[in-house]
Amino acid sequence: MNSYVEHAHGAHDEQHDHHDSDKQTLLGFWLYLMTDCILFATAFAAYAVLYRNIATGPAGHEIFELPYVAIETAALLLSSITYGFAMIAGYRGNKSAVLGWLAVTFVCGAVFIGMEVNEFHHLIAEGHGPQVSAFLSAFFGLVGLHGLHVTAGLIWMAVMMIEVARRGLGSVTMLRLNCLSLFWHFLDIVWICVFTVVYLKGAM
Amino acid sequence: MSHAHEQAAGHGSVKSYVIGFVLSVVLTAIPFWMVMDGGFGRQATLAGIFTLAIVQILVHLKFFLHLDFTKDGRLNSFSFLFTALIIVMLVGLSIWIITTADALMMR
Repeated sequence: MNSYVEHAHGAHDEQHDHHDSDKQTLLGFWLYLMTDCILFATAFAAYAVLYRNIATGPAGHEIFELPYVAIETAALLLSSITYGFAMIAGYRGNKSAVLGWLAVTFVCGAVFIGMEVNEFHHLIAEGHGPQVSAFLSAFFGLVGLHGLHVTAGLIWMAVMMIEVARRGLGSVTMLRLNCLSLFWHFLDIVWICVFTVVYLKGAM
Repeated sequence: MSHAHEQAAGHGSVKSYVIGFVLSVVLTAIPFWMVMDGGFGRQATLAGIFTLAIVQILVHLKFFLHLDFTKDGRLNSFSFLFTALIIVMLVGLSIWIITTADALMMR
């Protein structure tokens, strides 16, 4: 009797510990994201103090196309809700729905990155590369930093799709999906700052 | 049943994601429209787009990142608030220092 109670207690503790260590992992990942926030803040600070220095190059309102940026933004916003649906499907244990929503999210993210690379390519081809002025250096640095993060997120997402397909939705896999969820939604918040500070303010 | 409810509360439901998404679409569309329309004054447009950006960030934090001040979420929220303080100082003071230096150089 006694040992049964003790055993049950032990099992409960184990489950509790497991839940706690998941929470600690998520908190640790969140703290990493906070340091990443500060990295982005330095890029924003550099942009804010340099954007007037256009030298012989163009100013923001001469090169930014807001309808184009609006479509990029739509793709990223859409990818946020579809990732949310993937997480909900994950908690319900619906593997095929998780894979489907992750695929949709991946496509939205890929559209965003494709459009950004296309924009950079156009600017450089027209002679507005990052070497032209302090404004363009800061612009390519800041927007490129966000783009690199999204690319890293896409690679991570592809790896997670393989993991889910092969191993199903175990607690470790769900924990990783949760971390990627934080990362992906965090990048969306950074993009809100980018389109406001860089594109909208620049186009005025 | 109660377990499912607990998960829905901690990780968001379809409804909360849809609400967050609709809010963020509206909060994105308005500043784009304000700038592209150009019918507002410069100061009003600037105030509008920055205010709406801050509101949209709060919407994303609540509906997508599920930040809250419950016992479980408190550490995340306070670490975010601390980071926000650092960011405001980092960006604000950089702008202050450099614009002041620029102004002094012009003399």
